[in-house]
Amino acid sequence: MLQVFPDVKGRFGDFGGKYVPETLMGPLQELEEELNKAMDDPDFLQEYHDVLKEYAGRPTSLSFADKMTEHLGGAKIYLKREDLNHTGAHKMNNAIGQALLAKRMGKKRILAETGAGQHGVAAATVAAKFGLECQVFMGEEDIRRQELNVFRMKLLGAKVTPVSSGNGTLKDATNEAIRYWVANCEDHFYLIGSVVGPHPYPKMVRDFQRVIGDESKQQFLEVEAELPDRIYACVGGGSNAMGMFYPFLEDASELIGVEAAGKGIETSEHAATLTKGNPGVIHGSLTYLMQDKNGQITEPYSISAGLDYPGIGPEHAHLFQTKRVRYESITDKEALDALKLLTEQEGIIPAIESAHALAQAFKEAVEMSSDQTILINLSGRGDKDMATLMQHFQEEE
Amino acid sequence: MLTKTSFKGKLTKTEDLFIPFIVAGDPTPELTIEFALRLQEAGADVLELGIPYSDPLADGPTIQRAAKRALKNEMSLTKAIELVPEMRQAGLEIPVVIFTYYNPVLQLGYDRFFELLDENGAEGVLIPDLPFEESEEIRKLASERDVEFISLVAPNSDKRIKQIAEHANGFLYCVSTLGVTGERNEMSADVLTFIKKVKEHSSVPVAVGFGISTNEHVNLVREHADGVIIGSKIIRLIEDEIEAFKDGEEADALERFNKSVRELVK
Repeated sequence: MLQVFPDVKGRFGDFGGKYVPETLMGPLQELEEELNKAMDDPDFLQEYHDVLKEYAGRPTSLSFADKMTEHLGGAKIYLKREDLNHTGAHKMNNAIGQALLAKRMGKKRILAETGAGQHGVAAATVAAKFGLECQVFMGEEDIRRQELNVFRMKLLGAKVTPVSSGNGTLKDATNEAIRYWVANCEDHFYLIGSVVGPHPYPKMVRDFQRVIGDESKQQFLEVEAELPDRIYACVGGGSNAMGMFYPFLEDASELIGVEAAGKGIETSEHAATLTKGNPGVIHGSLTYLMQDKNGQITEPYSISAGLDYPGIGPEHAHLFQTKRVRYESITDKEALDALKLLTEQEGIIPAIESAHALAQAFKEAVEMSSDQTILINLSGRGDKDMATLMQHFQEEE
Repeated sequence: MLTKTSFKGKLTKTEDLFIPFIVAGDPTPELTIEFALRLQEAGADVLELGIPYSDPLADGPTIQRAAKRALKNEMSLTKAIELVPEMRQAGLEIPVVIFTYYNPVLQLGYDRFFELLDENGAEGVLIPDLPFEESEEIRKLASERDVEFISLVAPNSDKRIKQIAEHANGFLYCVSTLGVTGERNEMSADVLTFIKKVKEHSSVPVAVGFGISTNEHVNLVREHADGVIIGSKIIRLIEDEIEAFKDGEEADALERFNKSVRELVK
């Protein structure tokens, strides 16, 4: 039997906690109390599941990738289709949960940070749906890479605040969102998009995302009568992976988290936090992160705007340390090749983030036998990445 | 009755404290020493020496800029602590509090960190992202080593004020408003109520920081608290002189800085 994490101090083994300015301790305690009450309230949970069903389109399908399976000639490949969620990614599950909580707490304004824009879009969407004001912090570089998602957020009525510090990516957007929250914590709800940040965020986001793993388990048992041998999910902050893995932690399935190796983990341009980082504090949480010897956080790189984060959720750090989950890394090129292959074989264009999980799974599937099964969490669809993909594949031609 | 403050005997006052903040290495390590001396001349009682950090969550744009300049000079936690004996040699007598985010300390390790403080004669530590709940171990180590571990309270600390104040050492840092560091035009009247509440529980001097940017603010805080902490405004005064340093007019620039600081706290 696994221990229950996080503990009362918000720790997953050695990791997690609350490393924030004193001004945020009150708001975090308030959030923790309200969250615990809400998660014990059957009416709240009912409303959350109703909205997931009627608005977000859950349950999402479990698809057997028959052509892909045949093409690789190894393990049977299944895809959990989080790309079929309203707005096109798993981010919606968490955004709905936190927005309902914000509403319950009487907050009228939400703020969010976003990298690839999927969380920003999800936050802006639930804000529109539940009548909340929404401000999204986004790095200037990500604004450039994800123009379409910026437009979607604005169309949904959100204010998008560009962040120019650092590399102008997710890390910097998160810093700025936290600073804004420090100044406006009395009437703003900070809607964090991944299983990162101070306690209780990693736990809260996991619990709103576990619907992915819960559904997968049930669906898989229906079609295969047993659980998958291996389960793959990409990891930036790690919310889709945590949501998928959590319900399987006590089962026999092997769990594999896939990080972004960018231009290669032998270069300085990657976002492979567990593979190459070491423990430290980022955005209020003790976890693995990419840093220099003086403890300055370094800038990550990935072609995917959703994975270039120098930290990782503290629960992943714990699962890495205890070896319950195996973490691998995949380069930009490997991810793009896998993306192209899935698109051609199955008629599904995945997000570049998800393509990292696909690439690792495809590598391993060929070496497995045809009576073995694997499940890949397809965290989102590739529509948002079209500009990046066009540029890449045109250059290749 | 204020009893616990000593900073190894270097601080004998318990009221009307002037506590300025500068960033080590901004704009250069050599000038940091000069600024420290000019601040002492202008009446500083304790120096907060900031360690530049890549991701400072509690800081506004002014201190972020200073940190960026200092990081360009490859300033680090170790190098900053090692500046202290140079400051002493140059004539700095007031206690020095090392102001650093938690991650650089974590990478260095507590043992090495306290060893460095001891070897280099820094008397205090302040870690803005290490709240009471996470700081038990370091508070214990600091107390064993006779280093003042400075705690912070915020206007929304509510029930936590009593607990934090009772465990405070050195001085208690009252964050005047919700928000990050930076200059502000007005100080809210609520600050005074907040200071009063904190003073009821504190056995060390209560110093107020965040947003103090005019002589009017300074005197208002002085009336109600035991000390005033000024960061961003001091950094701005340094920024005003950066061009002059580049032009080699160091002496004039430092003189102007000293005069501006005196005006600020007169």
